[in-house]
Amino acid sequence: MTRTLLTGNGAAAWGARLARIDYLPAFPITPQTEIIETLDGWIEQQELVCRLVTLESEHSMLTAAGAAAVTGVRVFTATSSQGLLYATEMLYTVAGWRAPLVLVNVSRGLSSPITLEPDHNDVLAVRDCGFLQLHCATCQEVLDSVLIAFRLAEHPQVRLPVLVNLDGFALSFTREPVEIPDQSTADRFLPPFRAGSLRFRAGEPLSAGVAVLDGSTYSYFRYQAHLASLQGLAAYEKIAAEFAALCGRHYEPLECHRCEDAEIVFVMIGSFATKAREAVDRLREAGERVGLLRPRLLRPLPVAHLRRALAGKLGVAVIDQNLAPGRGGVLLTELAAALHGSPDAPPVLAGYVGGLGGREISSEEFFEMHREVRQAVTRGENPPPRLLFTGEELRAVRKLQQVARADRLGQGGEQR
Amino acid sequence: MYRIRFHGRGGQGLKRAGRILGTALFRAGLEVQDAPRYGAERRGAPIFAYVRASRSPIHERGVISCPDLLIIADPHLLAMPDSGVLAGATTRTVVLLHTGEPVSLWRERLDLPGPLLILPRLPGEEERFRGAVCAGGAAALLTELDEGLLARAISEELAHLSAELIMTSLGLARAAHAALAGERGIVRQEEPISAAGYKTPAWLTLACEEAAVSAPAIHAAATSELSQTGLWRGKRPVIDPGRCRGCWWLCATFCPERVIAVDANRRPRIDYGHCKGCLICLRQCPHHAISAVPEEEAAREEKA
Repeated sequence: MTRTLLTGNGAAAWGARLARIDYLPAFPITPQTEIIETLDGWIEQQELVCRLVTLESEHSMLTAAGAAAVTGVRVFTATSSQGLLYATEMLYTVAGWRAPLVLVNVSRGLSSPITLEPDHNDVLAVRDCGFLQLHCATCQEVLDSVLIAFRLAEHPQVRLPVLVNLDGFALSFTREPVEIPDQSTADRFLPPFRAGSLRFRAGEPLSAGVAVLDGSTYSYFRYQAHLASLQGLAAYEKIAAEFAALCGRHYEPLECHRCEDAEIVFVMIGSFATKAREAVDRLREAGERVGLLRPRLLRPLPVAHLRRALAGKLGVAVIDQNLAPGRGGVLLTELAAALHGSPDAPPVLAGYVGGLGGREISSEEFFEMHREVRQAVTRGENPPPRLLFTGEELRAVRKLQQVARADRLGQGGEQR
Repeated sequence: MYRIRFHGRGGQGLKRAGRILGTALFRAGLEVQDAPRYGAERRGAPIFAYVRASRSPIHERGVISCPDLLIIADPHLLAMPDSGVLAGATTRTVVLLHTGEPVSLWRERLDLPGPLLILPRLPGEEERFRGAVCAGGAAALLTELDEGLLARAISEELAHLSAELIMTSLGLARAAHAALAGERGIVRQEEPISAAGYKTPAWLTLACEEAAVSAPAIHAAATSELSQTGLWRGKRPVIDPGRCRGCWWLCATFCPERVIAVDANRRPRIDYGHCKGCLICLRQCPHHAISAVPEEEAAREEKA
């Protein structure tokens, strides 16, 4: 075991290396590229025996990944943002093949306007494609999650592709101390892929992309994938417990930080949740009973765990680092549906949208969200949804808009 | 927790400076988080890197808004308001400016609320070594670090380079460390913002505006002219009119920024307001009429 400084991208590459991946289809996109470059370096130095193939698009990359996985080899690949969306058709398709591969997505906001900075609209756009989703908050968690993801994908009762998500910049290019397990420990946790019925040999034809032209057969296969995803929760818990026994790091489906006696709880996914964790510690110092709930597993959604963790709480602030135009935050909707009908669900469920396109969320903003939710609890009504956005930010936007309209206004022109 | 921010330009090694300092602090037994920040830009564009270090695990994340130590590798950045070099500097922020000019001059120019230190330019220092120099200077200000940890971090972080480059970097970083030896301990670890008594964020509720305003379109032409990208230059191409044969097209055609115009007398003129200093023109000129002059030298000549 080595403890060293690694970026999130480096950690993802280490996870794939320790998993002894066989096949790595690749296509570059910021901020994911460093993962492939790192693995490529190891393959060139013969430190990793793996076939790297560069494809002409993410669509082809996912097709190659799924095709390889159903022949019974261990497949890893990675993308981001627009790349993930370009591959979306094949994400649904290879999940339908029940191809047990691992895909790392390095979250980056979607166009338009174009950005390189992180938010979760990319990974949530493929929320329902059939991949299981693990969301990471630290570089350590990225490495560990890649190993866990292979166990989960290859679990005979699951056999579905798994997506491991990390945030661009906030994790991808940020170095943190990471414990790299020994190869022998990784091997004990993740033995060679026992592919079972996944075989493709000369004289043993396989057709994975089959057509069914009637609704009943279609319903059967689609619903089986759903049931397998649901099985993923129990499988995940067992695998995570095994991982904890070997490596000492426990990854529950929900990370609960100081939730036990909390009255107000923040709910967030991804690395920005560590900012919330920091704010919780400061609020606790100030005597406030507050906690953080961070779902690691979003598909399958650990509904019973969420209900249990939030039972009897007074108020919840959901911070969505995504935006569903015409609706609001995706996580808020998911949580509201999960809590519906629960007799001791929190009476106040406040929705905040923040961190879009990497916009920072300050400690003061967490303190203020806590104050608003507490006030809402006293009043007994939900506060209206809010975008974390200040007057100063709007002034900066106004300046850009003036530049953008300059030629229609003339030199130093007035606003229309 | 220490919160440290390095500012420089692409190509000066500031990402590496952050990593060197991060590794040195990690080897000193601290928890560390370090990250560079740059967009889609290239050599010469403003970039920054930041380092957090603490005896306990770090949960803070993202850009450091209130630094304890601010290292500015290139004073030209101060002329670019968008680079945000001094953002968040307070009375307790130590600013370390890397310049050959005297501290009195910069005290007057910047009028900072907190302490200002100068990391002098070192003999034999080329632009590409500036990261190592700045890491050496920053390390000198922190009680947790000594020259040995600094040297070890440099050897680790530059391991992919040639032995000669590592030796030069080590020598320059050591010299920078020695130049600031008297300031050890000037940078203090600051406490996090308390939840008891904080400044309320000035949130506003966005109103719906018509699409003509709220769609992200640029209707103005040549907005890039508003950005003085000439400030990105480390070296400027200078045309020797005696050697220029007036071929009228080579340097101007190859210029990727289209900042070389040729007049009616077939004489090329460079728009230094927007020339980023890539020096492709220098390589293309078959008559060797273009030379590269360090920006500071050129500025001195302009004044004289």
